[in-house]
Amino acid sequence: MTAVDTRAAAHLMEGSEAIATAAVAAGCRFFAGYPMTPFTEVLENFAKQLPPVGGVCINAESELEAVGMAWGALSTGSRAATGSTGQGLSLMQESFSEITLAELPLVIFNMARGGQDYFQSTRGGGHGDYRHMVLAPMDIAEAAELTQLAFFLADKWRNPVLVYGDYLTAHTQQSVSIEPIDFGPVPDKPWAVNGELNGTGNSRIVSPLGFAKTGHESVGIERHLRRMQAKFAAIEKAEVRVETGYVDDAETIIVAFGTPAKFVRYVVAQLRAEGEKVGFVRPITLWPYPYETIAQVSEGARSVGVFELCGGQMIEDVRLGVLGRAPVVGIGGISTDGSGFGVGPLLDVDIIRERILAIHRGGAQAELPPLPDNERG
Amino acid sequence: MTVTQPQPVGPVLDTSVAPPGAKKIADIKPDLLLTGEHHMCPGCGEPLALRIYLEAIQELGLAQRTIGVAGIGCYTSFSGTMDVDLVQALHGRAPSVATGVKRMKPEAIVFTLQGDGDMVNEGLQEILHTAARGENVTCILLNNGVFGETGGHMTATTVIGQRTKNSLEGRDAEYHGYPMLIGDLIAQIQGASYVARGSVHNAGAVARTKRMFKRAFESQANNEGFSFVEVLTMCPTGWFIPTGDGPDYLQDTLAEIHVMGELKVDGVVHNTEQLVAENTRKAEEAAAAKARDLADKTGA
Repeated sequence: MTAVDTRAAAHLMEGSEAIATAAVAAGCRFFAGYPMTPFTEVLENFAKQLPPVGGVCINAESELEAVGMAWGALSTGSRAATGSTGQGLSLMQESFSEITLAELPLVIFNMARGGQDYFQSTRGGGHGDYRHMVLAPMDIAEAAELTQLAFFLADKWRNPVLVYGDYLTAHTQQSVSIEPIDFGPVPDKPWAVNGELNGTGNSRIVSPLGFAKTGHESVGIERHLRRMQAKFAAIEKAEVRVETGYVDDAETIIVAFGTPAKFVRYVVAQLRAEGEKVGFVRPITLWPYPYETIAQVSEGARSVGVFELCGGQMIEDVRLGVLGRAPVVGIGGISTDGSGFGVGPLLDVDIIRERILAIHRGGAQAELPPLPDNERG
Repeated sequence: MTVTQPQPVGPVLDTSVAPPGAKKIADIKPDLLLTGEHHMCPGCGEPLALRIYLEAIQELGLAQRTIGVAGIGCYTSFSGTMDVDLVQALHGRAPSVATGVKRMKPEAIVFTLQGDGDMVNEGLQEILHTAARGENVTCILLNNGVFGETGGHMTATTVIGQRTKNSLEGRDAEYHGYPMLIGDLIAQIQGASYVARGSVHNAGAVARTKRMFKRAFESQANNEGFSFVEVLTMCPTGWFIPTGDGPDYLQDTLAEIHVMGELKVDGVVHNTEQLVAENTRKAEEAAAAKARDLADKTGA
């Protein structure tokens, strides 16, 4: 993977600014969104950055309209994006399903309230057989890089890509350098509408329904949906991204994604330095999921712990990967600040360390320390 | 059990050959249509509306820069038959999709095609905000006061007394509420530049509505802001009436409430009373002209 060089011309930037800057560097020229914490600053930054490069950012009247506007912009062949928190994305799900079936390269930013949107991101709240690629950066530098990758992958596969961040991704600062990244060529967009072929018998139609213009062979909805499944299978083969650390001889494996994974990575490295045989797996793509990696590393492990800031969602995919090779136990939990928007006291190196050590020493059956409470309840 | 054979409604003309002496004076198919065939029920008004807005686009010389966005309803099958670049949107969502298209292609003429269920029920917020933004697109409403595609159910524009599958005794204001006059509502919005309500229930209405389409597309070409053309269309299937009764039912039922005319021109709003007065004056003029004509012919 091409890395963002954080040494050259780097400067301190809030995550939401880094994401908008990276999107503009990737050629994004349209954004529509509706304010919602902790996503709001992403919208603000697009509003600031798009007009000077000839782009458009619309403060949509609702999330339904935001995704509709992005749909229209994408149909013209422009790179376009929308976003919200998981709550706002719930409102967009009908369009997400159909945009996927219309094979439009939408990029979606979810600045989630914790890890609670794993199911929404990877399973989708929308109808039908559709899949989105989901990229989960662990910090701002990676968010900037994965944002650019998201636009590339969306065009490469003509399929939506969701970037999963959270309060810390959007609202903390990190020193980053953002230059356009060349991921290679992407297919042309002969399907994009512009009106030029009207009246020639070859006008275009962008449709989720498998429609064709009269006189052209219609794919038909069944064949169209089957073709989509074949595409999803190809994406599953080609696009899995995952980071592992200290897994070769690990007795305990911890799986985590996004911001919490950066904490887990740190704690695991610390424990290793102390001689504990602990390793970690960090899925970077949540779909396609790194099932094979999880299967390999769980072979011979005594227990697999899943650290996520929710009631337990990704743990289902970990179980599918482990497939009984080792006991799988959730060591995370629900933890927020008093507003419900931000980060709770569970996201803390010392507390994560305690919980990892509990299963490392006591096995999957070990009793975990109680979840810490935030002061405001 | 006795089986009654259906009887022909009226004399059936053989249309496979031209009658002697007949001269073709116009192509039956507009250039921007890929086929003259459609899948609508007999007596449907939607193909007529389709025809006249495509002709309007062609005649204004805007054909090679037009992009359509279609909603979901019976008219969705036009998505495939219009020889115009088209984005198929979800039910209710065409105005926001059109907004995205227009913002990325400001030089294009962008129109939406929606029915009353699509626009006024499911997508009311979208159409109002798109108008308020003064989005420089033309939104077309095919209003038949009924969900035709599902088989005749009540919409937000169904008039009081109208029978539908979920207002079997007729729409009752106390129980179902009142119809929404969407054209009148949009005319009140500052961002709307041109708003009109036409119909396709007779030749005069078709010609008048085509002029409305031309004014709307011209206003978009001149960057004047949001334009809106509502067209009352016949739906004998969804109205549960004989096919041939569609135009009269439209005139007597729908058009009584959704009054036809130009609702906003050059920023000036025309209310229902003004439109009724204008329509009455025109009808009286036409009747007087007809009487004079008859008098001339009979030498009276």
